[in-house]
Amino acid sequence: MDVESITEETELHDKQSELDVAPALIAVHPTHHSLVVAIGSELRVFDLQGSCCVILGDGSSGHKDSIRAVSYGANGKLFVSAGDDKLVKIWNTDTWQCIYNVSSEKRVTAVAISNDGHYVSFADKFGVVWVVELEGLHQSSAVVEKKPAPMLSHYCSIITGLEFSPDGKYIVSADRDFKIRVTAFPTKPLEGAHEIQSFCLGHTKFVSCFTFVCNQEYPQGFLVSGSGDSTVCLWEYESGTLLNTCEVGAEAGLLQSNGSEEDILPVITDLCASRDGSLVAVAVQSLPGVLLLSCNLSVKSLSIVRKITITEEAFIPTCLSTSSTSELLWLVMGVSNLKGSVSPSLARVRAISCFGQNSEPIILADSEIPGGEQLLKTLQGNLSIEKEVFSRTAEAVKIAMNNLLIKKEYNVENREYRKRGRNDKKKYK
Amino acid sequence: MLENEAYLSKTTHLPRKRFFRARAHSNPLSDSHFPVPISPSHVDYSLHYPQLVVSSDTTSSKKVEFADIGCGFGGLLISLATLFPETLMIGMELRDKVTEYVKERILALRKANPGQYQNVSVVRTNSMKYIPNYFQKAQLSKMFFLFPDPHFKEKNHRRRVISPYLLDEYAYALRVGGIIYTITDVEELGEWMNSCLAGHPMFEALTQKELEADPVVKLLSSATEEGQKVSRNGGQTFQAIYRRITPIS
Ligand SMILES: C[S@@+](CC[C@H](N)C(=O)[O-])C[C@H]1O[C@@H](n2cnc3c(N)ncnc32)[C@H](O)[C@@H]1O
Repeated sequence: MDVESITEETELHDKQSELDVAPALIAVHPTHHSLVVAIGSELRVFDLQGSCCVILGDGSSGHKDSIRAVSYGANGKLFVSAGDDKLVKIWNTDTWQCIYNVSSEKRVTAVAISNDGHYVSFADKFGVVWVVELEGLHQSSAVVEKKPAPMLSHYCSIITGLEFSPDGKYIVSADRDFKIRVTAFPTKPLEGAHEIQSFCLGHTKFVSCFTFVCNQEYPQGFLVSGSGDSTVCLWEYESGTLLNTCEVGAEAGLLQSNGSEEDILPVITDLCASRDGSLVAVAVQSLPGVLLLSCNLSVKSLSIVRKITITEEAFIPTCLSTSSTSELLWLVMGVSNLKGSVSPSLARVRAISCFGQNSEPIILADSEIPGGEQLLKTLQGNLSIEKEVFSRTAEAVKIAMNNLLIKKEYNVENREYRKRGRNDKKKYK
Repeated sequence: MLENEAYLSKTTHLPRKRFFRARAHSNPLSDSHFPVPISPSHVDYSLHYPQLVVSSDTTSSKKVEFADIGCGFGGLLISLATLFPETLMIGMELRDKVTEYVKERILALRKANPGQYQNVSVVRTNSMKYIPNYFQKAQLSKMFFLFPDPHFKEKNHRRRVISPYLLDEYAYALRVGGIIYTITDVEELGEWMNSCLAGHPMFEALTQKELEADPVVKLLSSATEEGQKVSRNGGQTFQAIYRRITPIS
């Protein structure tokens, strides 16, 4: 018998190893009213208008286990957070009250709010995408419990990203195989989303992130995706046509030698587009800073224009975000559950002014950041971070990203061992 | 190389099944290491149909229209090949050895019958994961699911090759008007497949009249190895045959 490497992620991954650390996430309010950092189970919110820390309305610090996904709705009135505690929390961003709670059967890997704010959708560890219908920003102080309905499924692959298209016609989901699926968002989503519009196929490894780029000429926009294959792709998503591939890792000279025969190209971990669709900031594993790609929609091309390096500290962002009303790109680097450290988690927040029309990018100093020290204290937990913690975090970030994105492969021996440990198999013996 | 070892049957010149012993079941949720095309345009169909498809010409050349999912030893494809000589068809099979057997079988038939069986081929793949990698939207006019593995336990129902979610993908690969054929000798599975299809907004059952007029329907219970086994044992079969329709939205 040939030795097969087996992945049984959907059956076995539900119990994750204790070593698992969660990368920090960042989300900016669409019109720059507030900023959220999720680190471990904690949701840290800063009010950019009032320049103050926000205390969550439910008296909690966020979740009971690692947060894996956060998102603001298109108009900024709603915010959603979810993760390993199998709870999807929907927040009113005026009061930061949790107004809806959704219980998932499995851990949650991705979330999205429909553009009209009527639906929240989330993906679970089985690759199933669920949906709940909201009844607006209800005023009652009690949290309303919602039951989700299954809508679609990526067969046996963990979903890494979920977004509604700019015109709201489609819900797009990306997975750890290499697939991006574009599904028509139906008028009755609770009955399922059966009509697949297209598949965007071209990546050769997992899709880690994607976003939409639009401008006045193309309001419905195009899709930009980043992958473990070290490329960023531009797609006409309605037909699934690959328009352009930017070999980011190779072109930016980011070849990493892993000591063995093969050189490996670094994984794309996140991307974020400017509001006019002309620039895309790209976070790359092991790269301190970001790469800026220019996105020319009229000729459908993507190309690297600049490498913005943050040299004074080994700042390797885990997540990027921006708003439609500011030229700032917000970045966070962080992980939870840092082993053997005085500070069990680290989150470092930076901002780069790089989405302006034609100005040079400026990496903001801590004193120049909107909200200043107050913001950093809220989102980072403390103001100064030691060098040593940084380098350890960089290592942990890498592991966290790998765990999240790369499929665990078990050899047969290992798998047999795991099987033996499973109760369900024993029962039928 | 194997020919001397009586690997090809003396009477039929076809490969003998016993040289292709295989595990009875594979877990379709496991990833095995077989090549997966990046997208349908990456599949070189000229390798599959050398007489009918020219590799340089991907846009205008013929496309595969029939897919036999979990084709097993390929009996259905072999029957369809001569019934629809102008149509390209492919079998998808998860088990390596079984796929190899079907390959050999087709090659032997092509050799024994010059000009025939040029329109049939097989790939080893997990159809539950990789259908979109092989077929473009609305490319197929027929899909076959004959005697699929039953996966009785409730918790294994998601391994079933017909399920509400997978039907979304089949509806994507099938053109409007295309037909999905299912048959099983397991009553419970028959009910399951029928109820999945009946509940799906993009499929509609064929009428009795349409079923009688379709020459393919008769092959479902007789053309495949599994079907023959069932009928030898006098077993009952359960069919569900549906047409891909435009959903009413
Ligand atoms: C019971 S046999 C039936 C074979 C054939 N259709 C017949 O009627 O004789 C089911 C076949 O489906 C194959 N199969 C099961 N799951 C599959 C999958 N996910 N992708 C491709 N083939 C699969 C099995 O390997 C097996 O050969």
